[in-house]
Amino acid sequence: MNTTAVFDSREQTHQSLERLRAAAGRLNRPVKFMEICGTHTMSAFRCGLHSLMPENVTLLSGPGCPVCVTSQSDIDQLIDLAHHAKATICTYGDMLRVAGSHGSLEECRAAGADIRMVYSSLDAVEIARLDFSRQVVFAAVGFETTTPSSAVAVLEAERMGLHNFTILSSHKRIMPAMRALLDSGDVRIDGFLCPGHVAVIVGADVFEPIVRNYHLPCIIAGFEGPQIAAALARLTELVADGTPALENYYSQAVTAHGNTTAQKVIEQVFVPADWQWRGLGDLKDSGLALRPHYAHFDARLRFSVRREQVKETPGCRCGDVITGRATPPECRLFATACTPVRAIGPCMVSSEGTCQAWFKYSRVKFARKAGVLS
Amino acid sequence: MTAASPSRKTSSTGSRISLAHGGGGQLTDELFVSAILPRLGNSVLNDLLDSAQFAGAGRLAMTIDSYIVQPLKFPGGDIGRLCISGTVNDLAVCGARPLGIALSLILTEGLDRQVLEDVLDSIAATANLADVKVVTGDTKVVGHGHGDGIYITTAGVGAAGPYVLHPSQVRPGDVLIISGPIADHGMAVMLARQMPHVKSAVRSDVAPLNHMIADLLEGVPGVVFLRDPTRGGLAGVAADLAARTGLHITLNETDIPVRPQTLHAADMLGIDPLDVANEGKIVVVVRPDSAAQALEALREDKHGKEACIVGSVGVDEDGICELRTSMGGRRILQKPYGEQLPRIC
Amino acid sequence: MCLAIPARLVSCRGNHATADLHGNRVEISTVLVPQTKVGDWVLLHAGFAIQKLDEREAAETWAVVKDLRDLGGGS
Repeated sequence: MNTTAVFDSREQTHQSLERLRAAAGRLNRPVKFMEICGTHTMSAFRCGLHSLMPENVTLLSGPGCPVCVTSQSDIDQLIDLAHHAKATICTYGDMLRVAGSHGSLEECRAAGADIRMVYSSLDAVEIARLDFSRQVVFAAVGFETTTPSSAVAVLEAERMGLHNFTILSSHKRIMPAMRALLDSGDVRIDGFLCPGHVAVIVGADVFEPIVRNYHLPCIIAGFEGPQIAAALARLTELVADGTPALENYYSQAVTAHGNTTAQKVIEQVFVPADWQWRGLGDLKDSGLALRPHYAHFDARLRFSVRREQVKETPGCRCGDVITGRATPPECRLFATACTPVRAIGPCMVSSEGTCQAWFKYSRVKFARKAGVLS
Repeated sequence: MTAASPSRKTSSTGSRISLAHGGGGQLTDELFVSAILPRLGNSVLNDLLDSAQFAGAGRLAMTIDSYIVQPLKFPGGDIGRLCISGTVNDLAVCGARPLGIALSLILTEGLDRQVLEDVLDSIAATANLADVKVVTGDTKVVGHGHGDGIYITTAGVGAAGPYVLHPSQVRPGDVLIISGPIADHGMAVMLARQMPHVKSAVRSDVAPLNHMIADLLEGVPGVVFLRDPTRGGLAGVAADLAARTGLHITLNETDIPVRPQTLHAADMLGIDPLDVANEGKIVVVVRPDSAAQALEALREDKHGKEACIVGSVGVDEDGICELRTSMGGRRILQKPYGEQLPRIC
Repeated sequence: MCLAIPARLVSCRGNHATADLHGNRVEISTVLVPQTKVGDWVLLHAGFAIQKLDEREAAETWAVVKDLRDLGGGS
């Protein structure tokens, strides 16, 4: 596994783009790479990378925005807890506008529920500590980058002996999703831009099976524009040369084995569990549930949360979009019934959702069509 | 209401606003005489008639705005400084000279009187800086649990100037200037509200800019349009301008100034500085041969020291606003869709 | 899902620290990076340090850090 040179922004960006174009020129077919992390989606658009890419190289957004892959039922459960159990719900900002079956957490707050945005999971623990009379539920969302934070929050609550703190875990694991995507056969992907900050926690080596079993190149990349450009150039070269490999282009932060302290704390508190993903269905061991020892902190157990069968909005193709099976314009609702102002699916609500990114950053003609621009 | 001479300013820590203070009776008079008049009193206001009369205008300009900012005080300013600056600036960017402000206060029962007095001090100080008078006003009090302490509405009246400042004046080749670093106000308020435990180095830029704008307009004939990039940020103003003129506008990311601490705060919360409100900045659209002169005029004022060119108007008639990124790429800029939420994603 | 930025630790107390960049100071948890100490650069995500960074590499990766170094390394 190679490590990358350090980046000097302007010159290296120029060189990376040259390398990308040169490699694209050697391809005998168009290629599609997938980035799996919502932050990569955002960064790529914000730095204007899509406008610089050669015609035959496409960057797809995968199921990496947890908001996008959080099933409606998770939102419904949080809203249910806020209304019926009169719990204080603490959540990261990302989740506030995602629609459940009957509205979002933000709308729930407007109707009087106690929904609070927190920056850190420990803020939620503190809210619980300061007022024993209120039940505090933390919406534990995110991939392995964020899972350690929830684990630490549970351990801290245990240390303090809190009886009024629980989490609703919707944590996901990235590898089962990547494997499921590739095994489904529905989508042709030629390589992955691997999420740099997930890799900080789990380590670069975790992605090795993708290369070994599927013969696809994987580059672990950071989130600055020049870093993504360099990673894309390398992915294209590896495809053009027919030499799939795993390379770490974010060695500033990512090591082969990752943050073992963080891994241990995840392991201590959580256990892999089967989970339902939008667009991918039920995936074995793709989520994380609290271990029996910490059942006391499981909101679903404490409050006997109901799991309702959720109906997707007819026509909403968020599931196809986040698995790379469709681009946003191929969804009938995109930019017509579904816009950032009036979003139907999480891909449009989420500020890192593929649909919102397409709508905002590169497809102004869709904005016109929707009457959002004059 | 009877006229009363301004008494010595009182300060009453520990006492609170009650519903009776908004009732229009003796307690209202008391509040007015002891807290408001000493700070804001002037020859027009002191008359305390039902409406104010003052000279100064042929053609009138008028504006109104409400201020509901939370928290009331934030690094760099407070709701008092904001309510005068915002309304003064709205008049000034249309080329008008601010003449008078009508000040409407809605207070929540239980508000600490000291908080009110601090806000009034700010209003007085900012009005002084802007050389504008509060000529009339109103105070109401709503019950506990209603409102957030203080809501303010200010209406401003001004004398319209001789300048034609309108999107229809904008032509291909015109240059866009920002008067200084962006996103300070919005980030300062957001941090103060959402993350009070962050000790931030970000300070709001809120300030009345009418003197800077008057000097600019007087000295630089090639200025064709002005906006203050408040809610919606620089992106909002530029996108709006492109849509209204039907022309193609390009902004250059490397030229747009952002203070490092503001950029860091925005990165931490996942917010784009281009979408964030400014309360002490203006966007100037100027003919290319007047651009250097405009920069010089702005930089002479303390609020415009870091003015710089950030973009230009192109020939394509597509109504699109585009950002040339620091990587050399391009992306469309649109008005943000609503309140930005901090994210971890 | 991966929004993380670099910051420098200016004080440490057990598993907690104050992280600073350009004068913005935030209280964070260092429980996931127990090997860190005052003066170290870390990667910060949702109130937690998730990785220790080498200062030179960090400065060359993140423009903001580079500005700080050019200004003389402290705030």
